[in-house]
Amino acid sequence: MRAVLLAKNQISVLLEALLQGHEVFAPVNDGGLIVFRQVDSPQQVVLGYHNSTLPPKRLFFPQTETVFCYGLEGAQLALEEPQPASGEKVLFGVRPCDARSFTLLDRVFAGGNHCDGCYLARRENYTVVGLSCTRPRATCFCSAVGGGPFSTAGSDVLVTDLGTDYFIEAVTDKGAVLVESLSGCREADEDSIRRRTEAQAAAEATLRGAISAEDMKRRLQEMWDDPLWDRLHEKCIGCGVCTYLCPTCHCFDIVDEGSEQRGRRLKIWDSCMFPLFTLHASGHNPRPTGKERWRQRLMHKFRYWTESHGEVGCVGCGRCVVNCPVNLDIRQVLNEIESLTKKVE
Amino acid sequence: MMIAKNPYLPAPMRIEKVTVETEDRSIKTFDLSFIRKEDEQAFRYLPGQFAQLSVFGKGEAPFGIASSPTRSGLLQFTVSRAGLLTRALHQMEQGDLVGVRGPLGSSFPLQDMESRDLLVIGGGFAFTTLRSLINYVLERENRGRFGKLTVVYGARTPGMLLYKGELEQWRQRDDLELHVTVDAADGGWKGRIGVVPNAVSDVAPAADDTYAVVCGPPAMTRYTLPVLERLRFPPERVVLSLEMKMKCGIGMCGRCNIGSSYVCRDGPVFTLAELRRLPPEY
Repeated sequence: MRAVLLAKNQISVLLEALLQGHEVFAPVNDGGLIVFRQVDSPQQVVLGYHNSTLPPKRLFFPQTETVFCYGLEGAQLALEEPQPASGEKVLFGVRPCDARSFTLLDRVFAGGNHCDGCYLARRENYTVVGLSCTRPRATCFCSAVGGGPFSTAGSDVLVTDLGTDYFIEAVTDKGAVLVESLSGCREADEDSIRRRTEAQAAAEATLRGAISAEDMKRRLQEMWDDPLWDRLHEKCIGCGVCTYLCPTCHCFDIVDEGSEQRGRRLKIWDSCMFPLFTLHASGHNPRPTGKERWRQRLMHKFRYWTESHGEVGCVGCGRCVVNCPVNLDIRQVLNEIESLTKKVE
Repeated sequence: MMIAKNPYLPAPMRIEKVTVETEDRSIKTFDLSFIRKEDEQAFRYLPGQFAQLSVFGKGEAPFGIASSPTRSGLLQFTVSRAGLLTRALHQMEQGDLVGVRGPLGSSFPLQDMESRDLLVIGGGFAFTTLRSLINYVLERENRGRFGKLTVVYGARTPGMLLYKGELEQWRQRDDLELHVTVDAADGGWKGRIGVVPNAVSDVAPAADDTYAVVCGPPAMTRYTLPVLERLRFPPERVVLSLEMKMKCGIGMCGRCNIGSSYVCRDGPVFTLAELRRLPPEY
């Protein structure tokens, strides 16, 4: 695929040009939080960030989404569907972990016998421009879970900061069309390709090695009744921030808002860390305590995902590590599982 | 095949009839008819499957389909008053509109059950999809394809039995062996007294070429499965239907999983052999 170079001081020109033909969504600084928003000028875009506070997942899987509006009048029921998203959009400057999360969400919402048409329409309208991580954070562990700081999964274009230039490479055909349309760029030369390779090696060297998904799955298959679960959840306060900030968590609730006559049905993010999540109307709850809920979250990402899709349901962004109010660190839990099962062997 | 559309749109349906099933009035059967012909034609289901029932303003909840697909144009749901939505539904009347989304989930393994004897074991209000199965098998065009049909059905008291009129009709038939039992009898009860597992132990046919289908409250299931094991029913021919809190019904919302199986998509019907391969979290 084609690769080009853009002088870093020309990035505003590039963004300005993108804004002419597309709606552009990019990281912005909102009172100290880095979030993805639609931008209308290049000055709003922040590219020197580690990772966004909130993952861009919500652009495809909104926190709250109307699935239909209803109106009942006498013997007539009117159901009104939301119009699927339209218009060419560019999601600019997504970190590779988050870009990879889109490919995982695709499996859930568009990968089986059923498909969420609204989700799919949103996905298809976007061209995703990834931004490789030349300086991963201490809490990043993408390379442990099948990704990497320069992973192209989920991106149509990958941009790498080479200090004075941006190295811009097309990953997909859709990305190639976008790269073709860029002006002010020059063809990537051998020197820039070498520098990009070196930057990747340097970034990867700061991260831990891969955990085998198959291996972790097998360990967890033997650990259903392990005493680890009795202990792990003890300091968890069940706030659910790990799931709300997770780029791959896809659980949601469906609720009605309105009266018997008029209202709308909503799809709203939910969390497996909440007791009501699995509570039956009868009062029975298959996951009644933090123990079962914590086991579910870990098993879902590192066992069930692998059983269903052949890869883990975690992209190693580290948000749950950074933001957990009681410092429950999923990396330490994975290490502990590895050491526990090694002892048994 | 992948269908890219809005999977959450229910079909509008009209309540044609409401039947109070139990003496405590906590369980009612709702007869629903489709408003639109195309919805009726698209709704092809088999016994064991469920659907999401909408009460607008309250939301949606999953219920096993109690009618048999052999009765076209009619859907029946037998609903116990338990939460917000079922409380609202119980107040609805003939002519009111609801929504139905489905059919969802797996059916009883009818193909494999054909030419074998069937032992249907039900307890309490979980009898609904079993009733669908029994009526399906009893239908003239289907009856010859199945072997002997034995039904064991139990409730706490005679007044808590569902489908009393139908039970009476089944009792008259010679192609079905019906055993109804109650935990505690009242004055007028002339039938069997005792819990379902004991009745199964007494009346079960030989396990050689028989499918056992079990739906009931957890305690009934827990004590019935060892009886079936003692009678040498292989776990591949013991079928159960599970209940779980559900929202989407299509394997996306993430709450009804047992291990990597979603009850809404991979179930609700499982064989005991399949369940034993899953974590015990239900």
